[in-house]
Amino acid sequence: MLRFWDFISYFEDSALADNIRENDVLFPLIESVHVVSICLVVGSILVVDLRLLGLASVSRPVSRVTSGILPLTWSAFAVAVASGFLLFISNATKYLANGFFVAKILLICVAGLNMAIFHVISARDLPKWENEKTLPRQAQLAGALSILLWVSVVTCGRWIGFTMEVR
Amino acid sequence: MMTDVGLSEFCRWLAATSLSHTIQEAGWIIPALQTIHILSVALVFSAAILVDLRIWRLLERDMPLPEVAQRFLPAIWPVLLILLITGSLLIIGEPRRSLLNFTFYLKMALLAVAIMLTVGLQRSISSSPNFWDRDRWRRMAGRFAATVSILVWCGILFAGRWIAYTQAG
Repeated sequence: MLRFWDFISYFEDSALADNIRENDVLFPLIESVHVVSICLVVGSILVVDLRLLGLASVSRPVSRVTSGILPLTWSAFAVAVASGFLLFISNATKYLANGFFVAKILLICVAGLNMAIFHVISARDLPKWENEKTLPRQAQLAGALSILLWVSVVTCGRWIGFTMEVR
Repeated sequence: MMTDVGLSEFCRWLAATSLSHTIQEAGWIIPALQTIHILSVALVFSAAILVDLRIWRLLERDMPLPEVAQRFLPAIWPVLLILLITGSLLIIGEPRRSLLNFTFYLKMALLAVAIMLTVGLQRSISSSPNFWDRDRWRRMAGRFAATVSILVWCGILFAGRWIAYTQAG
C-alpha cells in the first residue's frame, strides 16, 4: 500500500502536475480535450451498441460495424486516458478520496470487461449470426450493458466536478 | 452599455422566477441537466465527426458517403432539441453564468456555423448522391468543409467547457 501512495505522490509532486494545478489555462484546456475524446468514445461505441441491440445499422454485419467504428473509439479512448491521467495527477489525492472518481474508474473497468467477454466468449461464433437483424441474447445484453455503463461513466464524471474543489 | 444593463436586469428577473428557484435549490438538478446535456453533445458531435471522417475516407470506406450521411446525420436534429431544452433550463437556473458570458455567445455562434454546415451537407447529398465525388475539386472542397466542421464542433465543446471558467462573478 505504501508503494501505491509513493507512486501517487511521485506524480502529484512532479513539476508537470504542479504546472497543470497552477496554470489558469492548462487545466481547462486538458479538460476540454478530455470532454471531446469522451464524447467520441461514448458516441462511437453507441453505434456498435445499437447494432448489437438490432436498433441501428441493421443492414451491416456486426464485424463490419466494429471494424469501421472501433478504431475511432480506441483512438479517442487513448486520448481520454492520457488527458484524464494529466487531470488526475494535478490533484491525485483529492481525486482518490472522491467516491464518484473511484466509481468512474471502476465502471470503465467493468465496461472493458463487458467488451472483453463479448469478444472472447459471445462473439466466438459471430460469423454464424452477425448478418441477422436480431442477434442472440448475449450480444443484445452486451450492447445494453455497454450503453448503461458509459452513461454511468459520464454521469460520475460530471458529478466529480460538483463534489470536489479542484483548484 | 444600455443593453448590458438590460441583460443584467433580465438575468436578475430570470433568477427570481420560481422555476429558477427550483433548479437552484435542489442540488442535483444542475448536475443532472449537465449530464443529459453532455451525453446529447456526445451523440451530435460523434454523428457529425463520423461523417466528416468518412469524407476524409478515414472510416467506413466500404459504405458510400450518402449512406453514411443518411445513417448518422438525421439523429442530430431530435438530439439538438434535447440540447435546447437542457441548455435553456441550465440558463434559467444560473442566468448570469451564460448570458453575461462572452464564451456562451461564442459557443452559440459556432453552433450556428455547425448547423449550417450540416444542413448544407445533408442537402447537397440528397440533391445528388455523388455531389462531393464528381471531380478532384469537389473532393477537395468536401475535405475542406469536413475539416472546418471538425474544428467548429471541437470549438463548440471547448467553449462549452470554458463557460465554467469565464463566468461573471
